[in-house]
Amino acid sequence: MQTFLDTFLSRSDLIQEAFLQHIYLSFIALAIGIGIALPLGIFVARYRKFAEPIIGVTAVFQTIPSLALFGFLVPLIGIGTMTALIALIIYALLPILRNTYTGITTIDDSIIEAGRGMGMTTGQLLRQIEFPLALPFIMAGIRTATVLTVGIATLATFVGAGGLGDVIYRGLQSYNNALVLAGALPVAILAILFDLVLKWIEKKATPKGLKTGR
Amino acid sequence: MIQFDKVTKVFKDGTEALKDISLTIPAESLVVLIGPSGCGKTTLMKMINRLEVPTSGEVYVDGKAVSSVDAVELRKTIGYVIQRIGLFPHMSIERNASLVPNLKGWTKAKTTERVYELMQMVGLDPQEYLSKYPLELSGGQQQRIGVVRALAGNPAIVLMDEPFSALDPISREQLQMEMKNIQKKLKKTIVFVTHDMDEALKIADTIVIMRNGQIEQIGTPTELIESPINQFVQDFIGIERINRKRSVGKRELQDLIPSFKRSEQSSYLTVEANILVEEAINLLENEGIESLLVKKGIEELGFVNQSTLLRAMLTKEEVS
Repeated sequence: MQTFLDTFLSRSDLIQEAFLQHIYLSFIALAIGIGIALPLGIFVARYRKFAEPIIGVTAVFQTIPSLALFGFLVPLIGIGTMTALIALIIYALLPILRNTYTGITTIDDSIIEAGRGMGMTTGQLLRQIEFPLALPFIMAGIRTATVLTVGIATLATFVGAGGLGDVIYRGLQSYNNALVLAGALPVAILAILFDLVLKWIEKKATPKGLKTGR
Repeated sequence: MIQFDKVTKVFKDGTEALKDISLTIPAESLVVLIGPSGCGKTTLMKMINRLEVPTSGEVYVDGKAVSSVDAVELRKTIGYVIQRIGLFPHMSIERNASLVPNLKGWTKAKTTERVYELMQMVGLDPQEYLSKYPLELSGGQQQRIGVVRALAGNPAIVLMDEPFSALDPISREQLQMEMKNIQKKLKKTIVFVTHDMDEALKIADTIVIMRNGQIEQIGTPTELIESPINQFVQDFIGIERINRKRSVGKRELQDLIPSFKRSEQSSYLTVEANILVEEAINLLENEGIESLLVKKGIEELGFVNQSTLLRAMLTKEEVS
């Protein structure tokens, strides 16, 4: 414990920098991931025949071991932040995409029919009915993606994009378990922290009528 | 007025849902489309607000072909109540009920006034219920809100797709009566789909009996019972109902005391309690008056009108 604290304090510069890089990587990857997967999810929910292939492709990406995916990308894009981001975005896609799709498609048909029958346009239906009702699902998808991304971002070090993986890798190379822990612990804390914040947002975002009676 | 002109519908899988249907639904009347499941009644109704599009033929609302009108605009002018209620669970009762007025861009004051009025009409206290959410309400209350929502935009036409079939018998009965009263009061054209003959006989001005995408018979409840056009219609109405009607017709007015009304009626004739139900109905029709005051000696038993008598004759309600 003492050695861990000593290591942590003496390497605090390195850890701090890596920590910020880690947040940066995860955050950007998630933001772009949401930016792609959310509209795509809405699209495949609208045109269901595209759902199978598109979700299938993202699912295939998901099955590639993360280390291998980073490895694939290096010869294509080279090393650096961009490579790390692309890999992370690819991983973030599936949970968000699938949950958005599921969230929208599991809405009771009668609700959609009622909305259409009242004279709502497709846009109004999406904004006022489908999106709010699917929001709890979508938020759950984003939470999954977040925890996943924060974890996988430790591998960014192998493509030279930094992050807390740097600290862990250094610890591993120098057989310094305390340093490994000093890198791994912040990752875990970060993942939990992100998750708590999103959980809070999810709670706030869940429409009031859905909390009662269910 | 709604007109169907030689409407057919063939689904993608080749099933012919509707075969050359022509039908006129007069304004301000309550028309029930009834038939076994798969007879095309719901498809026919949904063509009015373009949720279904005819394969050939045309539907006219107030003389205008619906295919020439923007679907979204058309739907805002037609109320719609569906079987599984379909209230939006994430919206308060107030937002649910104000949906169409909001889509139409009414002022807040006008919308609120309208919603309050309708809530009172269906017997739900606006103060208490408007801030609640659908899942906090019982099925019967939810469907009342469904009716309020359909009427809020003040449509001339309201489509109802088996609106009460998912409710318990007591709520169903209440809502049927309330809806009939509202229809008379607000003078709406209502197209009502059901598979429940009791319901149809109770509420309809005109009943359209359908089978396999075709219309078998159109008529008032009494016409259908008195002269079913073929075996199918007769079976569908039920031989037991026809007999009951005949037997009630031969009974004396005083047998129906439980269904008498006590309140003063505007125009009435005085009759003796021992005349036959059939005679009483004829009297009401021929004299063009609303009700009869039934007297036994000098004792006034109460008032009856045509609908009380018909209901007693046509439905399962116990007459002792």
